[in-house]
Amino acid sequence: MITLTHYFILTGILFSIGLVGVMRRTNLLMLFFSTEILLNAINVGFVAVSKYYNDLSGQLFAFFIIAVAASEVAVGLGLLILWYKRNGSVDLNSLQMMKG
Amino acid sequence: MYEVIAFYVFAALTIGMFGIVVTSRNALYAMSALAGGMIFISGFFFILDAEFLGVVQIVVYSGAIMALYAFGMMFFDTTRDVSEKMRSKKIAYSLSIASAVLVVAILCAPLVGESVEALYPSIEGVGNVQMIGVVLFTKYLVPFELAAIMLLVAMISGIVLASKKMDEYLAIEDEDLEDVKEGR
Amino acid sequence: MENYLYTALFAPLASSLFVALFAARPKMLFTGIVASLLIAISMIASFVLLIDVNTYGPLHVSMMDWISAGNLEIPFGFVVDEVSVIMMVTVTLVSTIVHIYSIGYMDHDKSFNRFFSYLSAFVFSMMILVMSDNFVGLFIGWEGVGLCSWLLIGFWYHKHSASWAANEAFIMNRIADLGMLMGLFLIYWSVGSFQYDEFFASLKTMDSTLLATIGLFLFIGAMGKSAQFPLHTWLADAMEGPTPVSALIHAATMVTAGVYLVIRCGELYTLIPDVGFAIASLGAFVALFAASMALVNNDLKRIIAYSTLSQLGYMFVAAGLGAYWIALFHLMTHAFFKSLLFLGAGNVMHAMHDELNIKKMGGLYGSMKATAILMSVASVALAGIYPFAGFFSKDKILEVAFNEGAYFLWFALFIGAGLTAFYSFRLVMLVFFGEKEYEKYGIHPHEAQPFVIYALLPLGLLAIVSGFLEHTFEGFVTRLLAQYEIHIEHGTEALLIAATLGIALSGIAFAVYMYRRGGFPKSWEERFCYKLLSNQYYIPKLYELYIMRPFSALANFAWQKIDTKVVDLTVDLIAKMVYSTGEKSRKMQSGNLSDMLRWMVVGMIGLLILAFVYRPMV
Repeated sequence: MITLTHYFILTGILFSIGLVGVMRRTNLLMLFFSTEILLNAINVGFVAVSKYYNDLSGQLFAFFIIAVAASEVAVGLGLLILWYKRNGSVDLNSLQMMKG
Repeated sequence: MYEVIAFYVFAALTIGMFGIVVTSRNALYAMSALAGGMIFISGFFFILDAEFLGVVQIVVYSGAIMALYAFGMMFFDTTRDVSEKMRSKKIAYSLSIASAVLVVAILCAPLVGESVEALYPSIEGVGNVQMIGVVLFTKYLVPFELAAIMLLVAMISGIVLASKKMDEYLAIEDEDLEDVKEGR
Repeated sequence: MENYLYTALFAPLASSLFVALFAARPKMLFTGIVASLLIAISMIASFVLLIDVNTYGPLHVSMMDWISAGNLEIPFGFVVDEVSVIMMVTVTLVSTIVHIYSIGYMDHDKSFNRFFSYLSAFVFSMMILVMSDNFVGLFIGWEGVGLCSWLLIGFWYHKHSASWAANEAFIMNRIADLGMLMGLFLIYWSVGSFQYDEFFASLKTMDSTLLATIGLFLFIGAMGKSAQFPLHTWLADAMEGPTPVSALIHAATMVTAGVYLVIRCGELYTLIPDVGFAIASLGAFVALFAASMALVNNDLKRIIAYSTLSQLGYMFVAAGLGAYWIALFHLMTHAFFKSLLFLGAGNVMHAMHDELNIKKMGGLYGSMKATAILMSVASVALAGIYPFAGFFSKDKILEVAFNEGAYFLWFALFIGAGLTAFYSFRLVMLVFFGEKEYEKYGIHPHEAQPFVIYALLPLGLLAIVSGFLEHTFEGFVTRLLAQYEIHIEHGTEALLIAATLGIALSGIAFAVYMYRRGGFPKSWEERFCYKLLSNQYYIPKLYELYIMRPFSALANFAWQKIDTKVVDLTVDLIAKMVYSTGEKSRKMQSGNLSDMLRWMVVGMIGLLILAFVYRPMV
């Protein structure tokens, strides 16, 4: 029988995969992919909670997260394209103007 | 029984796909793996009786977002291998594992939530989509509208940022950028 | 009548605040005039109140609630009764004259405006002190006059001696004020109120030890303000301030606040005659002690300052022995002739270009007749010669001492009277008569401006005639203060008066005789007595050696060891830690997004650990 704990563990694994991606990728596009993984991992968790507590709120949260992800991609890609046009690269190492 | 099998199959597939996403050197592979992973995630949603969300997942993620990334990639010429200098992998992995363990530990520890009363319980005999529709357009109407506005804003900003003619007026001027580069 | 009360109280404040607007500007004549006018208004209001109190009795107003916390209720209340109205009239009268006088005296000073601001602020504080209907208001005024005294003694702050004297006065007063505060706390602790009325009403039910303690503590406060032994050294040093300040604050008004306090708490001191007798003994001692120091001093203002000390001693004798109205009477007459003496001395100083050594003067009568006459009048009044004011009040004090059977005190005061006469006329002779020593120093003295002399005339008049008001005064203030009956046979009384008058006259005669012939021979200055007296019994030296030196050693130790090695070090260490952490953590800010994301994950893990540790248990 699959319990909530199983889903949580799965969520945790997916989330940590996302974190690995976030930390290891230096290509900005790949970084975006990793953030999508993070969001999806959390979504799985929400829906699982929704199911096991028999409450729709979790699903609605997941729904809004998808909406946020969609807007994030739209804006993020726009910025990325702008940066690429100016700089010819989407590598993180080209983005170090904030050095303290 | 089928549920258990389905869960493990989907779990293995998802983890595998996402593993490819974060490790692959080829952007195209990564993107394809991501799209696959998204679809397998929607599989979980169907197992969990959230048909509406499963459909949305496929439509929005695998359809819209992936298409967007695919278009984005056309600009970047990422068909060739991405060369990434990875520094101190151990730190990255250990941090991720630590956080995953912590998240699981917190979520699986005995919770106050065991006694949580459902705020919007699903009713027997009423479909998931119907139920979500009712709750979304009653209790969550305002967030829904806000999300709509957010999407609109994001769409406009995406267009504005990416369109070629307007970029002169946006962000930093080229000379400024030169200055910054020289100063570095 | 309330309006008059508020006028009398707040006109000086208005004056001070108005003049303060121009305090940093160069001299503006109108500031002095406006200040004098406003103080004069206050004086007129005080006189109206005097008549009113005489006709209708005391006036008691409560302006507003001031402190209201728990059981503590202190209203901003003022009382104008027989005692406070006498004080108000005295204070405002002398203040008005001093203000007008200062217009002439401070004429060349570049801080002219500031001076008037301080002076008016002082008058306001003094009015608060005398008019308050509770001990806290009195204490506020008490501290206010202390502050103004500090400001005015140190008015020429660029002079080291002046700022030193100001600090000395302030610190001495703080020591005494601690005693006073203890008294006030005891009053509140035992009575639960600071109002005079309530305190006096509950006196009967209180333990006599407690009363004696309160009385002693209050008197310690009075000792500081009135410069009684052993806290007397500041008064002579306070003469560093401008002369009008010495006249107003350090002769006529502020230093008598201690006497006022004892008079005001007369009902308390009547119940504790032992403490009263101690006060009287100390007063008699100071009367003699200060007079002896005045004998040999060559500093014009210091002589008068010691004389003030001595006269304050007389007042304390009267107040300590229960003759409160006599103390108040002497306070009033003393205010008139002593401020006259000081203001006259101010004229002399101006004429002599701030020379204070009376040995370098002499023969000034020729060039400053009016001042000479006024100062002689004041000296005669001070010496207590009939029919001048000092005779009536001082003689009464001697009678009181005799009447109480305190023959020793009487004798001390009797000798003091002789010394007073001697040193007063020593001063007059050395300054105004004899050889014109100043010619050797190339000084050309000149008389003060006419309006200054005219301003002094009322004081001169009062120094002559105010003694005759004795019976009116007695009838007026004894409505509030205890009656004091003197039971001495007429023959003895006449004898006493004759003896006092005799010793005063002989003191004068001796001074005139000696200084006509050029004074004492030089060899006297080598004698031990002379040295002892001219060094003020070595008390300032003792204070320096046994109090100031150890204290400054302690302060040095605290500064060099504790402050720099412990306190500063701790603070510096914290600052250094902040700096070094900032310097080290600056590397975190590499500008690389990957690194930032890593730090973000580290932070997230930190938060997760927190969430795990503090997770809500079932």
